[in-house]
Amino acid sequence: MELVTPSIGLVFWTSIAFVCLLILLKKFAWKPILAAIQEREQSIEDALNKAELAKTEMARLTSQNEELLKEARAERDLILKEAKALKDNIVNEAKTQAHNEGAKLIEKAKIEIENQKKAALSELKNQVSSLSLDIAERVLRNQLQDKATQQDLVTNLLKDVELN
Amino acid sequence: MDCSHVFEFKVNRLIVVFALFLAFFSLRSDAYGQTDSLVVSADTAVSATEVHAEGAEGHAAAHGEEKFEPTKVIMEHIADSHMWHLWGHTSLPLPVIVYTPNGGLEVFSSGHFHHGEHDYQGVNNYRLVEDKIKVVGADGNVDEAASAAVLDFSITKNVAAMFVAIAVILIVFVSVAAAYRKRVGKAPKGLQSFVEPIIIFVRDDIARPNIGHKYAKFMPYLLTVFFFIWINNILGLIPIFPGGANVTGNIALTFVLSLFTMIVVNINGNKHYWKHIFLPNVPFWLWPLMVVVEVIGIISKPFALMIRLFANITAGHIIVLSLISLIFIFKTLAIAPVSIAFVLFMDVLELLVAFLQAFIFTLLTALFIGMAVEEHH
Repeated sequence: MELVTPSIGLVFWTSIAFVCLLILLKKFAWKPILAAIQEREQSIEDALNKAELAKTEMARLTSQNEELLKEARAERDLILKEAKALKDNIVNEAKTQAHNEGAKLIEKAKIEIENQKKAALSELKNQVSSLSLDIAERVLRNQLQDKATQQDLVTNLLKDVELN
Repeated sequence: MDCSHVFEFKVNRLIVVFALFLAFFSLRSDAYGQTDSLVVSADTAVSATEVHAEGAEGHAAAHGEEKFEPTKVIMEHIADSHMWHLWGHTSLPLPVIVYTPNGGLEVFSSGHFHHGEHDYQGVNNYRLVEDKIKVVGADGNVDEAASAAVLDFSITKNVAAMFVAIAVILIVFVSVAAAYRKRVGKAPKGLQSFVEPIIIFVRDDIARPNIGHKYAKFMPYLLTVFFFIWINNILGLIPIFPGGANVTGNIALTFVLSLFTMIVVNINGNKHYWKHIFLPNVPFWLWPLMVVVEVIGIISKPFALMIRLFANITAGHIIVLSLISLIFIFKTLAIAPVSIAFVLFMDVLELLVAFLQAFIFTLLTALFIGMAVEEHH
């Protein structure tokens, strides 16, 4: 029975000691310790959150880069295609222009040649007629040097006239 | 929580087994003790009072003639004392503080009693009888009426051991707190890393699940109770000075702790808690019964805490001591290996119990607080 009878002295000292311990520990131990633990947990959580954020940011940036790259590639292709078209255009234009120019030149040349030919022909005709007159004059002078042959010719000519 | 109940159940079963074991031996030794005291009183033949007979027995013990009485030895070890026994016949005298209606407050060393062989002459004549301070009347006998009025506020062995435990706790936790201040935001190191998981265990496994979001307010109390009980339990397991006192196995200490728990719970009880007690949700004709039951419940919850801690720690001490006593009961060294093996086993078990009881006390305190501060049912 003595074992289960609380003695007043021990009750008294335990109460005082426990209350003192509670107050001292609360002030000098639990408050700083719990605050420090809380703070550290908070900072760890923050760091993890930040890492997560950085990861998503990173993924976002990567996808953005890819998009940019794709866009750039598409743009390059477009520019190349345009340049090619432009080049073809220019070449074609140049070709047609050259063709036209050539055709014009040829036409001009032809006309010139024609003109030259005509001029040459007319000159030739003139020369031929003067030459033949000359020749004819000389032949006639040669044949009509004696009277007999002149008579003959006149008679022949008269004969021809009679025949007509 | 389920786990702890299993442990407690097993421990209790073991305790029952060993208690039966102890009862068997104490019966036998009681028989020895009776014949022994008869022999002693016949031999000395000076015994006018029982007190003198005991004194003579003490002398006989000093000469190594006394029969071994396990119950007496064990009870002496478990009970509180005005001296702190160190080794052999060396004891540390502790201050005696008594208050008597006629003498007021008196302070003197318990060394004056010389293990109960001498009286101390203060305002009254004091005598130590079975480690109780008694007033001796003019006729040289104990004055029972005056002795009943003595209030003994002595720094007994348990009080001193408790002070040692408090000193240990303060040193450990204040230094740990200093380490936290010094190493802000860094990983714990040394003692800090040993203590931190336990503090977090108390917070995350005891306070939070049972109390809810208001747990922070009760953390200092829960942590203090937990470490106070645990450190005292562990120091009680150390057989040599400054351990060995049965501090947490003393009903006075467990009474005070459970009283504080009761106060904390009821001070923080909200209106739901009090409505549950005084206006329970039952038909009105059951109210007289229910209110009585609930009011008893206010007291019975901390009462169970008090008995649980006291019984578990005392039982542990009794088992260890009775196993050691086996050697002296059988008066042979041959039993020593068996005894030591059992004591080793029990000590390891007690180490678990020391933690477990601190855990259960704290857990149930948190549970009761949680019930008192719960917002709605």
